[in-house]
Amino acid sequence: METLTATDKYVDLFEQKRNEISNGDPQFVKEMREEAIASFRQSGFPIRKEERYKYTHLEPVFDGELTFDFNPRDIQFDDNELFRCDVPMLNSNVLTVLNGFFHHPEEAALTELDNGIIYGSLKEAIHRHPGLVEKYLGKIAQTADEPFVALNTAFSQDGVFLYVPKGVQMDKPIQIIHLLLSDKNLMVQHRNLFILEKNATAQVIVCDHTLSQHMFLTNSVTEAYTGENADLDLLRLQNEHNNSCQVTNTWISQDRDSRCQHGTITLHGGIVRNNLRISMEGEGAETNALGLFLTDKMQHVDNYTVIEHNLPRCTSNQYYKGVLDDISTGVFNGKIHVHPDAQKTEAFQTNNNILLTDTARMHTKPRLEIYADDVKCSHGATVGQLDEEALFYLQSRGIPKDESRLMLMDAFTWDVISKIKQSALQDRINDLVGKRLRGELSRCNNCAMHCNE
Amino acid sequence: MLEIKDLKVNIEDKEILKGINLSVKPGEVHAIMGPNGSGKSTLASALAGRDYFDITHGKIIYEGKDLLELSPEDRAREGIFLGFQYPVEIPGVSMVNFLRTAINSMRKYRNQDPLPAGDFLKLMREKKQVVEIDSDLTNRSVNEGFSGGEKKKNEIFQMALLEPKLAILDETDSGLDIDALRIVSNGVNKLRSPENATIIITHYQRLLDYIVPDFVHVLYKGRIVKSGDKSLAKELEEHGYEWIKQEVDAEM
Ligand SMILES: Nc1ncnc2c1ncn2[C@@H]1O[C@H](COP(=O)(O)OP(=O)(O)O)[C@@H](O)[C@H]1O
Ligand SMILES: [Mg+2]
Repeated sequence: METLTATDKYVDLFEQKRNEISNGDPQFVKEMREEAIASFRQSGFPIRKEERYKYTHLEPVFDGELTFDFNPRDIQFDDNELFRCDVPMLNSNVLTVLNGFFHHPEEAALTELDNGIIYGSLKEAIHRHPGLVEKYLGKIAQTADEPFVALNTAFSQDGVFLYVPKGVQMDKPIQIIHLLLSDKNLMVQHRNLFILEKNATAQVIVCDHTLSQHMFLTNSVTEAYTGENADLDLLRLQNEHNNSCQVTNTWISQDRDSRCQHGTITLHGGIVRNNLRISMEGEGAETNALGLFLTDKMQHVDNYTVIEHNLPRCTSNQYYKGVLDDISTGVFNGKIHVHPDAQKTEAFQTNNNILLTDTARMHTKPRLEIYADDVKCSHGATVGQLDEEALFYLQSRGIPKDESRLMLMDAFTWDVISKIKQSALQDRINDLVGKRLRGELSRCNNCAMHCNE
Repeated sequence: MLEIKDLKVNIEDKEILKGINLSVKPGEVHAIMGPNGSGKSTLASALAGRDYFDITHGKIIYEGKDLLELSPEDRAREGIFLGFQYPVEIPGVSMVNFLRTAINSMRKYRNQDPLPAGDFLKLMREKKQVVEIDSDLTNRSVNEGFSGGEKKKNEIFQMALLEPKLAILDETDSGLDIDALRIVSNGVNKLRSPENATIIITHYQRLLDYIVPDFVHVLYKGRIVKSGDKSLAKELEEHGYEWIKQEVDAEM
């Protein structure tokens, strides 16, 4: 008998659980799932040779021993008591997603404000506002040749929905906390959808955490649409334990003159693959993509970005940095794609990395595909050690070597952190990164379970 | 205070210092002069503890201790200060944070409590005057975007804050205009005391009009080939290094 591939297993799982997964879905969602599973069946998991996934072979992880929840589990826990997120946003709306399902023991699944803002459970939004959701869901993230997006589209049942109507400025940030808590190895696929109409602004902070020691595999999709002259600030803080694997797929579509700032800060996590794809669908759009990762032990963090410059006068800036210790590995693969119509594009990309040991490895690859002639593009990548001369300068003033190294690492990371717009958040992230570099930040810091003790 | 005995240094198998002997006592000012490439900066680095080269022979005794056994930070904490020929720019490390960390790690070494913020700021203001720094260098990153003159002033400013026993100033004068030269040397003179010693490394005699040395040494091809008093500097000013080079090269 032929052995089943991981792809076959997921297709099979979908066939078996189709009714449970799509229970209550409107027709358009059902159809989306069918198309997605067909796409997934066709592409399968990326093979080892595939360029996009050259350094991150995910199939074995997806083929591991995992359980799946197709209904929210009835887990009783008090958010406040069990868990305090490391990024307490004063005055933010905190939304919790537990094992992929919107968690709302007390409050409503969907909050609808007088000014038209809607936020809460995506599942609930699909039911209450099918017309609105249908316009965007699955329209930004592609499933063809994107097996992880396809898999998520077929399976995902819930996540966070945010809608900011035309001209409305959100005064409070939304903080989404993705929590993983299970007594078995668990795979989770949640989905977020953020819609900002013309002239709308919003700030979203996403925090990914694990609350128990089991192996977690997350394959998430976030779709965001920024309308004309809208402004989205989206920051993701990844702090899962090192026995977890996380694949994020973030697809952002930017309309004319919109601005987007996207940040990915990776503090912990065993295998992390972040696919970020920003598509300029209107003239004059601007995007800043920040990335910072700190790895040690056997961690592996792979940031894969694609910026699609489809139309004229758009600007993109990417700043990615990594600090790698022990035998950890990192990847940065950044593509800037300037289409023939995209004249007066300004696209800029840097990726700088510090290896703290001889055994840490970093693979960095900028990819520029430029088909317009009147453009300004630049990119630069470095992989190096801490500046010996600077280190000696600090030591020569009486500062111990370890502390000197930390000062240089703080300076290195500050370069990215300083670009986070909100100063309160900037300080908090700086503090967390500092702690991480000093080895003082444990994933368990703020968890009452103290699994390690 | 400082005793350098037959010090030999290799950089990548090439002998750069070929047996240096030098003795410095408290209160003294020594000038080390010599053409470019003689090994002056290498000597300064060996004293401060840089390790991109190999010390193949010799000893450095500082206040009775084997200096070569000490880490760069401990040398600093024992009172050695190097004013760098090319102060490095350190983006992202603010001057304030840097100086505060430096002062407090010195204090810790002496079992003193960290300096309270208010006292630290007062000290900074006071010492800034020594080198007539009026701009707010302190909020900028270490040496980043500083002009040549600002970098050199910044070295003396740090020296004023850290109050070393033995200061080694490596071409602190190079690239300075007359005004900056006066300010820098005034700063150095103010910090002189009978307990402290200074080694001034310079290419030109100019600086020695402002900071009068007790001894002048000429370093050439990794050796001290001539020592004398300040009149030796005058002689070099008038006749250049050629006559020394010829003398030495003839002997070899
Ligand atoms: N990092 C280095 N690597 C290789 N050679 C060096 C290095 N630093 C200095 N040297 C060599 O050592 C010699 C002495 O240099 P240095 O001490 O800087 O001289 P000075 O300060 O007198 O001009 C020169 O020949 C120089 O090329
Ligand atoms: Mg020199």
